[in-house]
Amino acid sequence: MASDHYKLIILGAGPAGLTAGLYAARARMDHLLIEKGAEGGQILLTDWIDNYPGFPEGLSGFDLAEKMAAHAKRFDLNSMFGNVLSMDLSGKPLRLELEDSNALTCDSLIICTGAHPRPLNIPGEKELTGKGVSYCATCDAPFYRNQHVAVIGGGNTAVQEASHLTKFADKVTLIHRRDELRATKILQEKAFANPKIEFIWDTTTTAVTGTEGVEGLELLNKNGDKSTLQVEGVFILVGVLPNNEMLPLELLKADSGGFIPTDLETRTAVEGVMAAGDIRSKEVRQVINAAGEGATAVLAAENYLVNLS
Amino acid sequence: MSDNVKEVSDADFESIIASDTPCLVDFWAPWCGPCKAIGPVVDALAEEYKGKATIVKMNVDDNPATPGKFGIRAIPTLILFKSGDKVDQVTGAVGKAQLIELIEKAL
Repeated sequence: MASDHYKLIILGAGPAGLTAGLYAARARMDHLLIEKGAEGGQILLTDWIDNYPGFPEGLSGFDLAEKMAAHAKRFDLNSMFGNVLSMDLSGKPLRLELEDSNALTCDSLIICTGAHPRPLNIPGEKELTGKGVSYCATCDAPFYRNQHVAVIGGGNTAVQEASHLTKFADKVTLIHRRDELRATKILQEKAFANPKIEFIWDTTTTAVTGTEGVEGLELLNKNGDKSTLQVEGVFILVGVLPNNEMLPLELLKADSGGFIPTDLETRTAVEGVMAAGDIRSKEVRQVINAAGEGATAVLAAENYLVNLS
Repeated sequence: MSDNVKEVSDADFESIIASDTPCLVDFWAPWCGPCKAIGPVVDALAEEYKGKATIVKMNVDDNPATPGKFGIRAIPTLILFKSGDKVDQVTGAVGKAQLIELIEKAL
C-alpha cells in the first residue's frame, strides 16, 4: 500500500478548494489538491453567475470553474483525481484513506468538500429522478421545451433557475411553502416580471406522481386544502446538504445539520484542520465567500505549519 | 463528459449496443456541468474494463432520437446494454462504486 506525505492537502475543487489551491501553489507550499469529479463543484450546476466581482457582464458557472482552475494551474497547482472515503484526524500526521485503498498523510488539511442539493424525501421523488424529477435546471432544462414544469423552493437558486427554465418551458410554476420569496430582490423582480412564471404560495409538495415519467404533483396548502398540478417535470431546489460522509463528524464538532464549525480564520476543532466553502457551518453560501474562505484557510495552514517546525 | 471514450451517434448506436459484450453509454451535453464532473470516472472505467465492457458516450444535442427513445430527461444518464437490450441505468454524477455496480450487472 503506497503512502505519500504532504504538508498541506486540500480536499475538494470547488471555488473554495481552487482558491486554496491557487494560494498554496503560489506560496510554493508542499501541497496536493484532491478532487473526485471535475473542478468547479456546485457552480457547475449554475447556469449564470451574476455577482462574482471582476466579471461585470456575468459568466456561466462552467466558465468560472474553468477560469478558477486555469488560474490555480498557472502557479503549478499539484492536483489529483481521487475519492477520499474516510480519514483519521485523531493523531499526527493526518491520514486520508482513498477509494483505491491507497492512503495519503499530511500535516495540515483544508476541507472543501462542499454540499449537494437537498431532496424533499417525498413519495415518487426517488423513483422518478431522471424521469422528470431534477435537481439541476442548467443540466435538464433543454429537455422541457414547450412543456410545463414546476420549481419547488423560494431561495436564490429556485428563483434564478425558474427564470432560466422559461427559456425552454412554456410555463413554470414556482411552489413555495411561505407567502414570500427568500431570494434576493433582483432575482424576485425578474421572476415576477416574467409572464411565463406562475406562483403557488403557502404550499408544500407531498408527492410526485407518474409511472414512466413525471405526470404531476400532489400539493397541500397551509389551510389544509389538497390539490394536484399536472407537470411534465419538477425541479427541486430547496437548499443543500453537506458532503460530509468521509469526515469524522464528532471530532470536528459538526453542527446538527452536519456542517463543520470554524473560527474566523477557518480553523476547525482539530488542530491543523481548516474548513472552507459550503461545508462550513454558516448562513451565507455564495461563490465569493467560498473563494475568500479558501484563501483564509491557506494562510491559517501556513501559520500552523510555521509554528509546527 | 469523458475525454477518452468513443463518441457514438444515432446512426451507429444500434450496431454498437447489439454486441453481447456489455456496453455502457454515457449520455451528455456540452452545457452540463455534472456531465463534465463524471467524465474522469467514466474515462477510468473505460480503461479498467477494456476487453470486458465497451464504454461510449453520446451527445444528446447532436443525437435527439436515441435519448428520446429511452425517455432520457436528465443528464448525465448512463445506460447499460447487453445484446441490444437495456439492463439498467443511473442518472446524475454518481460515484465510481455505483458505476462499477452497474457494469457488473451485465458481466
